[in-house]
Amino acid sequence: MDASCSGDRVGAVAAYRTVLASRLRSQLQYRTSFALYVLTSVVTALAGFAEVLTVFHNVPVLGDLDLRAALLVYGLSTFGFGIANCVAGQLDTIPTYIRTGTLETMLVRPQPVLAQIVTSDVTLRRFGVGLVGVVTLVVALAANPVHWTPARAGLLLVTPLSGALLFAALFTAAGALQFWLVDASEVTSSFTYGAQYASQFSAAVFPVPLRLLLVTAVPAAFVAYLPAAAVLGLTGPRWAPGRLGWGTPVVAVAACLAALALWRLGVRHYTGAGG
Amino acid sequence: MSGAVVAASGLTRTFTRRTGALRGRWTTTAVEGISFTVAPGETVGYIGANGAGKSTTIKMITGILVPSAGTVRTLGHEPVAQRTSLARRLGVVFGQRSQLWWDLPLEESFRLLAAIHRLPPARWRPRHDELVASLELEGFLARPVRQLSLGERMRGEVAAALLHRPDLVVLDEPTVGLDVLSKERLRTFLRADVARRGATLLLATHDMDDVRRLCERLLVVDRGRLVYDGDIPGLVARVGARRVLVVDLERPVPPLTDVPHADLVAVEAGGVRQRLAFSPERTTAAAVLATVAGRAPVRDLSVEEPDIEDVVRRLYLASGR
Amino acid sequence: MSALTPLCALAGAGFRRYTTYRAAMIGGAVTNSVFGLLRASVLVATIRSRGGPVGGYDTSSAVTYAWISQALIAVVELFSWQEIALRVRTGDIAVDLARPVDLQFAYGAADVGRGLAALLPRSLPILLVGAAATGLALPTSPWPYLLGAVAVLLATLLSFACRFVVNLAAFWIVEVRGVVGLYVMLTTLLSGLILPITWFPPWLRLLANLTPFPSMVQVPADMLLGRLWGPQALAALGVQAGWLLAVGALGRVALTAGSRRLVVQGG
Repeated sequence: MDASCSGDRVGAVAAYRTVLASRLRSQLQYRTSFALYVLTSVVTALAGFAEVLTVFHNVPVLGDLDLRAALLVYGLSTFGFGIANCVAGQLDTIPTYIRTGTLETMLVRPQPVLAQIVTSDVTLRRFGVGLVGVVTLVVALAANPVHWTPARAGLLLVTPLSGALLFAALFTAAGALQFWLVDASEVTSSFTYGAQYASQFSAAVFPVPLRLLLVTAVPAAFVAYLPAAAVLGLTGPRWAPGRLGWGTPVVAVAACLAALALWRLGVRHYTGAGG
Repeated sequence: MSGAVVAASGLTRTFTRRTGALRGRWTTTAVEGISFTVAPGETVGYIGANGAGKSTTIKMITGILVPSAGTVRTLGHEPVAQRTSLARRLGVVFGQRSQLWWDLPLEESFRLLAAIHRLPPARWRPRHDELVASLELEGFLARPVRQLSLGERMRGEVAAALLHRPDLVVLDEPTVGLDVLSKERLRTFLRADVARRGATLLLATHDMDDVRRLCERLLVVDRGRLVYDGDIPGLVARVGARRVLVVDLERPVPPLTDVPHADLVAVEAGGVRQRLAFSPERTTAAAVLATVAGRAPVRDLSVEEPDIEDVVRRLYLASGR
Repeated sequence: MSALTPLCALAGAGFRRYTTYRAAMIGGAVTNSVFGLLRASVLVATIRSRGGPVGGYDTSSAVTYAWISQALIAVVELFSWQEIALRVRTGDIAVDLARPVDLQFAYGAADVGRGLAALLPRSLPILLVGAAATGLALPTSPWPYLLGAVAVLLATLLSFACRFVVNLAAFWIVEVRGVVGLYVMLTTLLSGLILPITWFPPWLRLLANLTPFPSMVQVPADMLLGRLWGPQALAALGVQAGWLLAVGALGRVALTAGSRRLVVQGG
């Protein structure tokens, strides 16, 4: 009969894998523009790198970080952002999907909408920024005198991934807000890109109200600074103590859950269930 | 399969819009109190002018929109709440929107959809080949969808929507912009495929030819309300639309104004051709012909059926415009 | 009818057109405000770490600089603008070239209109947010504002001239996005938007001064702050004007070459 006999059905994971593989293949076809885009992203990231260098050309310490520590934070942040941009970057096309009605075609497919959007493309080239992050990270790790323990090593390994999760959660929340606000993509991207910028610095740089925001509602401090502070054994400023860095994986997961909840509310609103 | 395919009861949908920050809200009712049931295997046409509420109803049936009031069950599912499991048995074609991947070859879209619907190759390959043959897609399977003509793309869309053998096929304005030949081929294919599989067809359109060709039953919606639910002859009878007997006579005859139950509507060629309109409820073509033949020898005749557009228009007028 | 009238009309059209993009204006104002706050924090933290002024900026002037530079982004239009490049790709540029008004001047006039339109809805709110959040140290005499207005106008025209050249690359390069991305990065870094140029290490400062970018943000911002005055201000205005002429001339050369290429190749 029809597709309701579950005995001969292909697994759900295989379904996503096929879509992703297809997108990857079609991307690698355009090699020259791919290379150019990656080059541009790398060069753009270098501008941020130049900023760090310029600051430390003028002062030996910013916040509570010296140049080596600042590079560590910068590397972790950019690496995490590169991963998130690559994997979940599609979420910034949500306003387009809503406007063109593509979102409605997603609603008549037997897959969750968020999964469809995330797997609708995986743009490898968006990782460009992450390349600079990886290189910086490696250099910084070599330069920083860390008293390595298994716990610290573990935290450091997890940080890029949790950073990526935090950014992905931000992208998802920003995408979810598109269901309520009209033409608000620029407003929400100001928070996601602002968070990315803020995550490159020590929390001590920011005035207390902003610092609290970066540790709670928009947890950019957990992307790089707090875990780095925990690994380096820094005390950290008021309201953002280095010890908080040990909670990074938990915060990342919590942020994802919160973002998913907001997303579900958004889809309900879009389909009118919320009223 | 037992049970109704679509069971709508008192379906209502309102939209609230903000007109500026200070001027407050403004509510429009797109659909109000619509109730109907579609049984398995039926072919139903859903007709209405633009803005009458067709697309809104379709969205509520397919799980894109939640009703403001009333209920709807599609294939036994609550459309929004059980969206993903409904989607497995539902095939939707949006005339204005594409479900295909724009920058990929058409063939790739089929592969992706088969994966999304989790169909193993043994199930979807034969179906795919059958659809390609029936809709003549072979020539452009390898071309990216954005390079296809509208007719080619629509055939691809229909194939994509039917790939997983859905029990309910819903089409929203599928023939808009197509040339006459393409429309006809699409309709023929749809009718055959749906009939063969025992599937149900729901077609929202304002193209009367679509309805004439594909649908046994008609739902007419006007300004959000259902104004007719039945078959085409019933609709004709309801609005009192008339058939017209056109007689060509052997020689010119004075106007035949006194034929019982028939009105003379036109005299042409000096009385050689005369048109007599009659209501099918009150008399038959044969009776009118007999009366005319008694007055003058008839050389040739034809019967014109009421124009559906005309009929529907009368229905709108009757429902109080 | 003088030659200026159509340009004024185009400027008016550019003005009106910008005001229709309300969502983008609000979004832009929010973005600039967020970044104003973040950048101001970084600048202040650096100055506090030094324990004194850095590169000639103390905390209040640095903070004001951060807000003014953010407010200038919308007016000077630092970031990507690909209208001409898009029209070259689709071939619509042929229509523009057939018009009796010169392409460069036409788009330039529209851009000035756009810049003016951005002042109230975007620049002003940003400054208000800045005043509320961190306070602004704005000069009290009229000269900085007069000089600053001229500098902002020159900066807008210079920015347009540069963007015009970048867009014309579409005549020769298919993937203009890469060039645009590079342009955006250079502008952001070398115009003084991220950090004042006086903070740069000597080699980077030299590099920046070899480009027109500092004239787009650093110069007008410093003038509005009152840090540039007298003969120095006039010299800076001269530098702006010089760059404007140079890049403008480059634009004309590119335009001629591009239109010739269009005619020969058929678009």
